[in-house]
Amino acid sequence: MPNMSLTKVPMPQQEPNVRNKNFEEVATGYTAEMAIEEATRCLNCKHKPCVDGCPVNVPIPGFIEQVAAGEFEKAYEIITSENALPAICGRVCPQENQCEGKCVRGIKGEPVSIGRLERFVADYHMQNGKQAVNTTTPNGKRVAVVGSGPAGITCAGELAKNGFEVTIFEALHKAGGVLSYGIPEFRLPKDLVAKEIENVTNLGVKIETNVVVGRSITVDDLFEKGYDAVFLGTGAGLPNFLRIPGENLLGVYSANEFLTRVNLMKGYKKGEAPTPIKVGKKVAVVGAGNVAMDAARTAKRLGAEEVYIVYRRGAEEVPARAEEVEHAKEEGVIFKLLNNPVKIHGNDGWVSGIEVVAQELGEPDASGRRRPQPIEGSNNVIDVETVVIAIGQSPNPLIRQTTEGLETQKWGGIIVNEETNESTREHVYAGGDAVTGAATVILAMGAGKKAAKAIIDSFSEE
Amino acid sequence: MYKILKKEVLNQAVFLFDVEAPYVAARCEAGQFVIVRIDEDGERIPLTIADYDREKNSITIVVQAVGYSTKLMSKLEEGDSFLDFVGPLGQPAPLKKWNRVVGVAGGLGAAPLYPQLKKLAEDGCEVDVIIGGRSAEFVLWADKFAKFCKNVYIMTDDGSLGGKGFVTNKLQELIESGEKYDHAITIGPLIMMKNVVLVTKKYDLPTAVSLNPIMIDGTGMCGGCRVTVGGETKFACVDGPDFDGFEVDFDECIKRQAFFKEEEHECMMRIGE
Repeated sequence: MPNMSLTKVPMPQQEPNVRNKNFEEVATGYTAEMAIEEATRCLNCKHKPCVDGCPVNVPIPGFIEQVAAGEFEKAYEIITSENALPAICGRVCPQENQCEGKCVRGIKGEPVSIGRLERFVADYHMQNGKQAVNTTTPNGKRVAVVGSGPAGITCAGELAKNGFEVTIFEALHKAGGVLSYGIPEFRLPKDLVAKEIENVTNLGVKIETNVVVGRSITVDDLFEKGYDAVFLGTGAGLPNFLRIPGENLLGVYSANEFLTRVNLMKGYKKGEAPTPIKVGKKVAVVGAGNVAMDAARTAKRLGAEEVYIVYRRGAEEVPARAEEVEHAKEEGVIFKLLNNPVKIHGNDGWVSGIEVVAQELGEPDASGRRRPQPIEGSNNVIDVETVVIAIGQSPNPLIRQTTEGLETQKWGGIIVNEETNESTREHVYAGGDAVTGAATVILAMGAGKKAAKAIIDSFSEE
Repeated sequence: MYKILKKEVLNQAVFLFDVEAPYVAARCEAGQFVIVRIDEDGERIPLTIADYDREKNSITIVVQAVGYSTKLMSKLEEGDSFLDFVGPLGQPAPLKKWNRVVGVAGGLGAAPLYPQLKKLAEDGCEVDVIIGGRSAEFVLWADKFAKFCKNVYIMTDDGSLGGKGFVTNKLQELIESGEKYDHAITIGPLIMMKNVVLVTKKYDLPTAVSLNPIMIDGTGMCGGCRVTVGGETKFACVDGPDFDGFEVDFDECIKRQAFFKEEEHECMMRIGE
């Protein structure tokens, strides 16, 4: 008999007023007992809507069945047959819009907590499992993967499993892309990211850090060096700014800079790592996506007393995951919705406040969201010393500027064939944020996997 | 790891390193920069390339030990390695087919100016250089410049070498005395570049400056290196580091450079400075 409880087994987590002062992981994870109890909520239904909801098609009921039986290693094998980074996906996927969003149990009550179970299985394996050995025979083909974020790592792992010799080129000193520089420690511990990447290098994938493709070497050079195909997973690294007066005042950061200082450069270890980070007593984060939530919660942990989310649209339009918004509110982040920033005020070059205009929502715009319209005369200055701009990122232009035959959208996204993720240049594939603009880890992984499959097919046809 | 092939002490605070870095040496051009890290958890330090040797796969960088990380760096010796060394970053200097160019360097700025002037001279341009420093020992590379520059002028604050005064005094004097240049390139402390531009603007002498603001990744990702050029925000790391000196908002650059002054101080206390 399945467990008919209408609610998920709750996730143990640190108390809000404790965790908003440390960088330890917020959610501490299920115990084996909790995992088994939650797994028995799965009805193992025949049509498996959850699998369709997963961008990498993990056989979800199959792995959950093994969890229910206490066979955690078997569950791990099932997950990793389709997903190379389960410890990461279990933590940062927007399951509510994907697998869990389609779960039959969600019609009446809460869906099965697929994400928490995936995380449990991955963590269990990290603690107890054995390292798999890649026994595939090399097929003599070489692929260069550009960027070691979720798209690149996934693509590289899939190719290595199929006999390709793969080298990943990473511009930064550390692999992981947004998993390393962007998503904070309290949401995705970096030791765990390193371990997931190690799983891929154990398949034989080489990672060369400190190589900026487009500068240190070009895509043409890669083909000249004998690579048979190139996958571009270069992400959306270029921060967008508001283009309002005062953005170059001292105390204004892009979310990329703010988070990179804290995560990649370990600014959160105050007094240990030399890369500085400075936050005022009052901080405004502009934007309301997941990156904005990460920045706001990070600011709080760095000691800011008041942290505001400043967003021009309303609560319904907030793009961040519900869980992230919830966590931010619990930790004391104050939401100033329907407020559009128009100017950053300064005092002798330093930020002193952010001027906002109250908005009301009108008819839907091109994005389908109701368009915010200013309420005349409602200008108001919020006193802050730090402003973090988290309104999105665009693809970095370096590769498109240095690669002939690579066509891109006006906004910079690389144009690809939707079936194969091949670009307009033969044997050059692309996926992830470099193609779609800023999206999610799992969509990037899905794209990396699709491109890997197309690369495998293109060489098996030959 | 990136091996130090040679270390040279240029004066009490300035060090030269030749570093093995095949990717950078294969493709770099005058004006571009690298980012280096000394150790795990270390800062990413941007340094403009001072010279390169494609055959030896090596890059020359010149470092002034002023902050926490550059002081640590000054303790590295031949045979040691940098943990990270990435590049070439930024745009090559926009050098054109000029007839006569004057380079103006202050202190450490002589090092990154060197490959630009050398390239111009190789391409047939007549090049003069003005090198300034606090005192004689802070005047860098006068001998190296002399190999291809028609005139090497030296200025020191205390008059211990060359003329007494600032590089701007010499520049003004040259122009006033009828020397004709069709371009100037200046690299040095922000305040010096600002003052050089104040002089060249008066005489309508187009002037390139090289900026080295606070940055992290050097590939356009953090946006920390924003500068206002001609009223527009540019990223020094990908749009520069060389810009039209007439258009750069130097006062903003000078302010932004001081953003982490307090934090730098805390860090320095840890190494007993």
